[in-house]
Amino acid sequence: MIPYFSKTRHQRDRHPVPPFLRGWVLPIALVLLWWLAARLHWSDSPLLVPPGKVWDTAVQQVASGELVRALAASLRRDLIGLAIGVSAGLVFGIAFGLSRLFEKMIGPTFHTLKQISLFAWIPLLSVWFGLGDAAKVAFLSLAAFFPVVLNTFEGIRSVPGELIEAARVLKFTRRQWLTKLVLPAAAPSILAGIHLALVYAWLATLGAEYLLVSGQGIGNTMIDGRELFLMDLVIFGVIVVGLVGFALNWLAARLERRLLAWRGRSVAQF
Amino acid sequence: MAQAGTLEIQHLSKSYAVKEGDLAVLEDVTLHIAPGEFVSIVGTSGCGKSTLLRLIVGLEDQYQGQVLLDGQRIVGTSLQRGIVFQEHRLFPWLTVEGNIELGLLNAPGTPAQKREAVREHIALVGLQGFEKSYPHQLSGGMAQRVAIARALVSKPDILLLDEPFGALDAMTRAYLQQELHRVWQAEGITMILVTHDVEEAVYLGDKVVVMEPRPGRVRRIVPVDLAHPRARGEADFAAVKQKVLDEFSHDSASLAEAPLKADPGAVPQLPAALWQFAI
Repeated sequence: MIPYFSKTRHQRDRHPVPPFLRGWVLPIALVLLWWLAARLHWSDSPLLVPPGKVWDTAVQQVASGELVRALAASLRRDLIGLAIGVSAGLVFGIAFGLSRLFEKMIGPTFHTLKQISLFAWIPLLSVWFGLGDAAKVAFLSLAAFFPVVLNTFEGIRSVPGELIEAARVLKFTRRQWLTKLVLPAAAPSILAGIHLALVYAWLATLGAEYLLVSGQGIGNTMIDGRELFLMDLVIFGVIVVGLVGFALNWLAARLERRLLAWRGRSVAQF
Repeated sequence: MAQAGTLEIQHLSKSYAVKEGDLAVLEDVTLHIAPGEFVSIVGTSGCGKSTLLRLIVGLEDQYQGQVLLDGQRIVGTSLQRGIVFQEHRLFPWLTVEGNIELGLLNAPGTPAQKREAVREHIALVGLQGFEKSYPHQLSGGMAQRVAIARALVSKPDILLLDEPFGALDAMTRAYLQQELHRVWQAEGITMILVTHDVEEAVYLGDKVVVMEPRPGRVRRIVPVDLAHPRARGEADFAAVKQKVLDEFSHDSASLAEAPLKADPGAVPQLPAALWQFAI
């Protein structure tokens, strides 16, 4: 696909692992190593649970519906927070990009707030919204908000001057100028912002469950596992969180590639 | 409407404000362009020929003198005046069809009429079969043809061409010059072509306006009384071309580019930055 990496078909085919399986080599090797370590009793620490036990826990979690309940709770918050953060970010970013007055008035405050670590908001949010879902949703809206604002702003400000002139020659109205030129031209940047928001929001979903401990969620499952010293449950949680993150990222990349097909090359792959 | 497209430029002067004061780009330019005429403008860089086009199309304002189209003073851009730039300036997220439709976005007509006009103009520039292609899938010459179709689709009285073939290879350029000539005859509208290429100017123009730089002025207007199709190899053609070239060789020192000086004909940075927010 990438010209400077491509070799002749003959050279490619001689490689022992087919391309679509290459990403699986490392995870499979690690699981194998883990299984060996447990099997050969390299350590008798209770921290080293065998893969089989984790598998049993997984089966049990799925069968009992525990996993679905926890994951649904987490994803629900993730999506609500994402929707709020992304919408607010788009409105803000577009206003920022289009209006100099808005930028002058709100810009300095925004750029100061942006510097504050996300986790520094937790104490404030927990006082305002309690420890329940509201605080968690507020926290991950915030996580999604900043990357969307910054990328939307950047995209709108970098519309090529040549195309702006072309739009003037074609007598675009203000509305056409926004919908037919500025937004499509900024789309790659805006989508990159939304993609980042998706990643941040999922990280923040977990962060919120750790820091605002109450209620259900995949993070809470892992906390329970730690407290009851069920290493199999903890490891199972880590794997699920990783897989969900991977799936979200994959979906976003697919969507981006589809919407930006006019660029003529694949955008972010993974 | 048969006489639409008379362009009258009277004592046109234009200067840009720079740090050291005013920089004159055009000084006392007077030109009369008849309807349906093809006028080529040649000159070295910095002679203000691009600025002249930008004034006619309405992308620049604030000038002294008059620029009149059919007796009306030109204010701002208009669908009456189309322009093709050196770069195609197509919207990369739209197909060939979509880009040409942009020319009709604010033109009168029903959607069906507009679709028909787009189809006709795709045929006019010979791009049938590429309606659904995106700009990145086109060659430079094809993209430039789309740009020509986009500028023509709203049936302007006048088409301005700012070095439209400057970035193309010699063979594509020669071919597109032929094509442009065919389009000009088919449409019967006024065209003004700015170019560095003397041969191109003579091949296409009814007359060739030779400009000189610092400040930009009309040096001479060379009529081209040759029948079409013109053969580049013929003696008459070579004689006219030589006549134009002679204008450049007279006092080449005054025509040469000044060392280490900003090109006054170039697009100034300031307005470009302003439009982003002014609109």
